[in-house]
Amino acid sequence: MAENEKIIEIEVLRYRPEQDKEPVLQTYKVPFTDDMSVLQGLQYIKDYLDGTVSFRWSCRMAICGSCGMMIDGKPKLSCKTFLRDYYPGGLRVEALAHLPIERDLVVDATDFVTKLESIKPYIIPKEPRALEQGEYLQTPQQRDMYEQFSSCINCMLCYAACPQYGLNPKFTGPGILALMHRYNADSRDGGQAERNELGYADEGYWGCTAVGYCSEVCPKGVDPANAINQNKMNSAINYFTRFVTPGGAGK
Amino acid sequence: MSNRRPYVRSMDGWWKRDPYFIRYMAREVTAVFVALYAIVLLFGLVRLGQGEAAFNGWLQYLKTPWMLVFHLIVLAVFCYHTWSWFNIMPKTMPIIFMGGKRLQPGTITGTGLAASVVACLAVLFIVRGMS
Amino acid sequence: MKRSNEPIFWSLFGAGGMLAALIGPALVFITGIAVPFGFVFSPDTMSYAHMLAFSQSWAGKVFVLAVIALFLWHAAHRIHILLHDFGVHAVTAVRVLCYGGAFAGTVIAAYTLLMIKA
Repeated sequence: MAENEKIIEIEVLRYRPEQDKEPVLQTYKVPFTDDMSVLQGLQYIKDYLDGTVSFRWSCRMAICGSCGMMIDGKPKLSCKTFLRDYYPGGLRVEALAHLPIERDLVVDATDFVTKLESIKPYIIPKEPRALEQGEYLQTPQQRDMYEQFSSCINCMLCYAACPQYGLNPKFTGPGILALMHRYNADSRDGGQAERNELGYADEGYWGCTAVGYCSEVCPKGVDPANAINQNKMNSAINYFTRFVTPGGAGK
Repeated sequence: MSNRRPYVRSMDGWWKRDPYFIRYMAREVTAVFVALYAIVLLFGLVRLGQGEAAFNGWLQYLKTPWMLVFHLIVLAVFCYHTWSWFNIMPKTMPIIFMGGKRLQPGTITGTGLAASVVACLAVLFIVRGMS
Repeated sequence: MKRSNEPIFWSLFGAGGMLAALIGPALVFITGIAVPFGFVFSPDTMSYAHMLAFSQSWAGKVFVLAVIALFLWHAAHRIHILLHDFGVHAVTAVRVLCYGGAFAGTVIAAYTLLMIKA
């Protein structure tokens, strides 16, 4: 490599279930250049220093949502975070907080995926619509009501930022509730009542205490805290008016 | 069978992990002082109901240095409450459009803080006018 | 999924938080600092006669009750969450303590105000 090559120390939280009782830190000295991401640093470790280090990655350009990890304690996409910003101090990478560690930097996403399926993350039309009726029309303002919340890439950084999820994994969590709001807020959708059965439960919007860190760490500007908390008002109105509004009682 | 043994990390001391969490906890702890202040007022009200001598006792108690220190702390905490309340407000409100443009978080927080300054001044002037 | 009863407590929490955010600093300054230590306002602002007259009017009763009760409910909700955040998992005990306290305070305040007759 070039003469301006620098060496950075990367501490990796290792966990190999077949040999480690609990996670342990292991330090690697990685030569790097200013254009290298943390993910590239890990790839260097895997290719040249220690082939046993496990981590997830795919696109390398902040759209697949695979490479989220704790970098110096903050949830970040490792492809979007650069080694140069941690030089000369070095950095520590750990598996995403609040999620079970499967191996090294790989977390168990089962809970997330199960919840994701449960909220019906697709448009449920208000009424059946024939092809000849044409496309759905939507004004730019109607689109603005949900567009931001549709940018989620399921990277789970917001789950690593949410202490309420960490304290109580039954809580649906920021990302999926934001996605739920994305469909509920879509003018073409009519599935609010079905989805809000979960939304109005303790495991739904009410599990949130408005910490707000989820929105801070989101690499796509989704703002889950807003998606969730604006629904508390709706949920409260529904709670108090359900007996006087037609069809409001539900469960 | 499988060698899976997913490791769940402890949440002990989680709020010390990130300055963001410390600010959140500070916001939540303000509630303790709001409760204490409400209890002081409740005592005053009960004393008021018990007659002049009892109420004057409460008034004298407010003049002790300890109560001054207490109220100075409470005042600072209430100011932090006001700031944090309107700071989180953009997250708790539905998206609002004004003249076709989305209302920005800074505008919402700013409006809230301005409303609070106006309301506080109004209370001060009304009380001044009554006395 | 069971519908949450949080809306009841959250609404009271929100109302109290909003009231505290809007006029809380002014109230603390008046009742705790300025009047007891005699500046800005005349020393008899909170005299027995003044406060009695204030609590005899319906507007005064509503205001005093709103401040005391809503502040208590606001605080109860947050302290309840705070204990959960600190890892106290005795959910029922915490609820009874927080919301029971706020309820007791509300009843005492309302009763006292009703007993103060014109």
